[in-house]
Amino acid sequence: MAAVETANDKALRYAFGNVLCFFILLLIGVLAFSIRLFSVIKYESVIHEFDPYFNYRVTQFLIKNGIYDFWNWFDDRTWYPLGRVIGGTVYPGLTLTAGTIWRILNSLNIPLSVETVCVFTAPIFSAFAAWATYFLTKEVKGTGAGLTAAALLAMVPSYISRSVAGSYDNEAVAIFALIFTFYLYIKTLNTGSLFYATLNAIAYFYMVCSWGGYTFIINLIPMHALLCIVTGRYSPRLYIAYCPLIVLGTLLAALVPVVGFNAVLTSEHFASFLVFIIIHVVALAYYIKGLLSPKMFKFAVTLVVSVGLVLCFAVIAVLVALVASSPTKGWSGRSLSLLDPTYASKYIPIIASVSEHQPPTWPSYFMDINVLAFLVPAGIVACFLPLSDASSFVILYIVTSVYFSGVMVRLMLVLAPAACIMSGIALSEAFGVFTRSIKFQLPGVSQSQQIDAKDNGSEPSGDVIRNDIVKTDRHDEPVKERPLRRNKKKDKENMEKASKPSIKSKIENKLLVLPLETSIIALFLLVLLGAFYVVHCVWAAAEAYSAPSIVLTSHSHDGLHVFDDFREAYAWLSHNTDVDDKVASWWDYGYQTTAMANRTVIVDNNTWNNTHIATVGTAMSSPEKAAWEIFNSLDVKYVLVVFGGLVGYSSDDINKFLWMVRIGGGVFPHIKEPDYLRDGQYRIDSQATPTMLNCLMYKLSYYRFADTDGGKAYDRVRRTEIGKKNIKLTHFEEVFTTHHWMVRLYKLKPPRNRIRSKTKKSKSKSSSTSNQKRRGTGKKNPWH
Amino acid sequence: MEVGVAKHGIYLILLISLVTLSNLSTVRSSSSDLQIVDAERRIDVTSHIVRVYLTLKVENTGKSSASEVLLAFSPEQAKNIANLQAAFVTGKKKKKSYLPLKVNPTDLPDSPNGTKYFTVYLLNPLSTGESVTIEVLYTLTHSLQPFPVEISQSEPQLVYYHDSALILSHYYIKKQKTMIRTPSNKVESFTRVEPADRKGTELKYGPYEDRSPYSYSPVIIHFENNNPFAVVEELVREVEISHWGNLQITEHYKLAHGGARHKGVFSRVEYQGRPSGSGASSFKHLLAKLPPRVHSVYYRDGIGNISSSHLRSDLRKSELEIEPRYPLFGGWKATFTIGYGLPLQDFLFESDDGRRYLNFSFGCPIAETVVDDLTVKVVLPEGSKNPSALVSFPVEQNLETSYSYLDVVGRTVVVLKKKNVVPEHNIPFQVYYNFHPMFMLAEPLMLTTVFFLLFLTSLAYLHMDISIRKS
Repeated sequence: MAAVETANDKALRYAFGNVLCFFILLLIGVLAFSIRLFSVIKYESVIHEFDPYFNYRVTQFLIKNGIYDFWNWFDDRTWYPLGRVIGGTVYPGLTLTAGTIWRILNSLNIPLSVETVCVFTAPIFSAFAAWATYFLTKEVKGTGAGLTAAALLAMVPSYISRSVAGSYDNEAVAIFALIFTFYLYIKTLNTGSLFYATLNAIAYFYMVCSWGGYTFIINLIPMHALLCIVTGRYSPRLYIAYCPLIVLGTLLAALVPVVGFNAVLTSEHFASFLVFIIIHVVALAYYIKGLLSPKMFKFAVTLVVSVGLVLCFAVIAVLVALVASSPTKGWSGRSLSLLDPTYASKYIPIIASVSEHQPPTWPSYFMDINVLAFLVPAGIVACFLPLSDASSFVILYIVTSVYFSGVMVRLMLVLAPAACIMSGIALSEAFGVFTRSIKFQLPGVSQSQQIDAKDNGSEPSGDVIRNDIVKTDRHDEPVKERPLRRNKKKDKENMEKASKPSIKSKIENKLLVLPLETSIIALFLLVLLGAFYVVHCVWAAAEAYSAPSIVLTSHSHDGLHVFDDFREAYAWLSHNTDVDDKVASWWDYGYQTTAMANRTVIVDNNTWNNTHIATVGTAMSSPEKAAWEIFNSLDVKYVLVVFGGLVGYSSDDINKFLWMVRIGGGVFPHIKEPDYLRDGQYRIDSQATPTMLNCLMYKLSYYRFADTDGGKAYDRVRRTEIGKKNIKLTHFEEVFTTHHWMVRLYKLKPPRNRIRSKTKKSKSKSSSTSNQKRRGTGKKNPWH
Repeated sequence: MEVGVAKHGIYLILLISLVTLSNLSTVRSSSSDLQIVDAERRIDVTSHIVRVYLTLKVENTGKSSASEVLLAFSPEQAKNIANLQAAFVTGKKKKKSYLPLKVNPTDLPDSPNGTKYFTVYLLNPLSTGESVTIEVLYTLTHSLQPFPVEISQSEPQLVYYHDSALILSHYYIKKQKTMIRTPSNKVESFTRVEPADRKGTELKYGPYEDRSPYSYSPVIIHFENNNPFAVVEELVREVEISHWGNLQITEHYKLAHGGARHKGVFSRVEYQGRPSGSGASSFKHLLAKLPPRVHSVYYRDGIGNISSSHLRSDLRKSELEIEPRYPLFGGWKATFTIGYGLPLQDFLFESDDGRRYLNFSFGCPIAETVVDDLTVKVVLPEGSKNPSALVSFPVEQNLETSYSYLDVVGRTVVVLKKKNVVPEHNIPFQVYYNFHPMFMLAEPLMLTTVFFLLFLTSLAYLHMDISIRKS
């Protein structure tokens, strides 16, 4: 009777545990979604920043014209006059995902706008990513660690920074795809099921569709396979996990137009093929080892090794030849800058000019992964006890991602899931140890435990331990009263999970008991640490990462000020200029101009053509006449500059100007950086060089600026009075300036009638404008 | 106030039907026996909508009684007439009371120079020797022609107004005078037709006596008018009825400045530094008068929320002050959307025969705007039947079907279209329809069923063993 009852009890408790786990996961999903809504609540439901606007525009096109037109889309509204083949140069994963969601919703007659779907894609996928983390960590270290890791990932600031509502970028779905691919790989590795291997290839395909970061997967998984082989962990399961992924995955990856033959031609993919060969050799070796007697096997090994060495050399020779002959000459610029952090700043100013391609600083680690940085080492230690295929993979993942995040701030995003998994494991193990110590030392508990052990043997006693843990939970409650509610919930679940490993290795664990007081204090400190993490994450989500950056706000003593100048300018452009007018601006504003103003731009954030960007940079750094000629040869009708001097908006064009000079000078050598610097210093006040004071960017930014504050012309960003106040424009005219002067639009004046201009010139030869003209024509125009 | 207007509208409709029936047999030729004893015209050109108040004292000098009066307009003017109302005046100065009269555009076969006519149908036939006073109000849109056509930021906006010093009429006019009110006393020039006179903001033509039918004497007035020329080129108003208690209005505007085109430079320094002298004809505020108890107001455009708007509301009315993203100069355009919710009980009623009707105002809520092309879409709840719209002026009507949240059969949409709409059209219209309350529960029931089935299938799935081999 008693046995039946306990069996029933057990089933019930398992069911209860599963339901609890399900609800915890559901809550984690809700948490991941809702913590990203600060941007919508504090600002508005709008697409953020720069790249998301492009993705939004592509999605609109996809929904309007369908998938086939999307693949063939040649966009003539950007990179004028070159255009851009969008269908072949864009990672379509995000767009297709949002498009599909929109289509499903609309077929259910839920008329959400495309914009709404795009805004909320990222939060939805971060909930998915949290769930994927749960599954991955569960495969590595069990449910407890899984739930902790999922809860940590749901609110890790690094990931929030790329996936707040409105941040409609590739990374939003790619991180989910990345974690899910890893989960399926581990799952296949643990089960050896071909079903999961196939799913894994499909998940990898989705990742390839979504983000260029797929090369991380296609290098990490071979590294892990190699590691397994080298450490003698080869098994048929590894073969099943690895080979179908490479074959199917590469075939599928080649279907994505932007990847195409790169999937077999570029060096980023070669590691996987090399390991593919190695794993077959090893598999063959194991097979033969099974067939032959040990003696014959030894002989065979010597034979094969000698032949194999020859073959190896041949293969390496072929590989080297392929690398040398492949279209990109091996590694692409961005990948090279990963391996050599100084590569980009040395050779490619356009990559170096983007702040997210800079190496991170220490504070940014603390900002982005916070306490996880301290928990990661503990997690690594926990992964070694005991080391399995899965935990070795996670260790490899964290080590490589730490390296990559040290190269580029942007790749902090890849580190975040690894850090969460490791911290989840660490926290859950630590909780396990401490709660067990407390439990064994509480007098009433140990007695009942002994009695139970006598009665039912080892198995039911596990259940008793569970009971006890529930009790200790109650004991701990006064201690845990303090932290946030969310945190408490999380910790509770930690406790719950911590019990599981304790069941298995109860006997040994008895010996590893810590003193009661130490355990309680340590638990308290861990909870405090968790609470600190939660507070930090909420702060980061609410304050640091939610600003959409197209609308700015500032708090002052007389309330909230809204600076909506960008949209003001784009709205003006879209309604009051001709549809086919070309707008020139620095490339940062290209995506926004095409998406919000629907006007043709010369360069945009895609930055695929350095020469074209250099042309715009040259025009901006040239004197007015030369600039007018460059712009006129590009059919430009309007020039857009961003100017923050009036309200103190610091990322304006004057602050970016040195990059324009550098990039322009990189292609057109008559633009020299030292001409714009006074004694190596960049300044705009009266000490600035004449080249600087006469360049187009300076003139367009400060035109009539002196009239705003009665002739003082104090620039609030540079905190100085400007050097040249009386600026006259001869070839451009101001057509629009926004309310806070943040965006200024100028129109190119039509070329003057030749005869009249000649007579004018002769009339006023000594005027400053004619001086400029002469100087301007003296310089080389790159388009003539 | 609103109810009064509604009654007004219903009276008008009743009159229409009565008068049309009684007048089918009237002989048209008798109308030339009428003569106008005294005519007074006041033309208001202070805003960009020209309003003309015409008071006519008509006398029947013929032998038979007359029941209709013809109003004549030049073809240029007729094309710009947005609205024409006539009223029958009884009583003396202070105790005047107005009875609306039915008016219809009419074509006469032998009209000189393409003159267009409107027929005013009198309440009672005018018998020989009797006289009657009629007041006519008509509004003209796009009748102020900017000259110069393009102005720079610092220039004021000057416009032409073309009309005739003499009232164009089908009848002999004994005595007439015309007064024109300009927005300021800055009048560049005006055509003199003696006796003509200008005092401050008022121009006076007349009195002229004994003018034969179809006398015409063109005049041009060139004056400064810096009032906002807010023209809504296209307005789509969507009124969505939810029987759960909300009336959702969404209005899509395509706004333009219809005045003199802006040319050359737009200088922000000038605009902000000297608000009086620079960009006098531009405007940056618009005032929308919304019904009271309005809630969830939003104001946005294709690229997101526009943060510059203020809502002031009290018990009687709500005023929404909106600023487009940028000030509008001549020829500049802007698009935006305004949306708001209203409590249903203020606008939806049940009529005596059990039908429901929506009573809502027709025109554009923004003050002093001309709408070139107005579409009103009334989205009835799913399951509504037999919709019919009742509007007191001619509109184009048709039906559509739209699908919204979880609709299966779709919602009936009554579409009303009208061109050239002025604030005078802001009078209520009614949409009648049949609706069974059961349909309110359709969607909740559908959702419940779907979830029930979902749980049922998952239950079934969990209890089924579909593996081939028992393990």
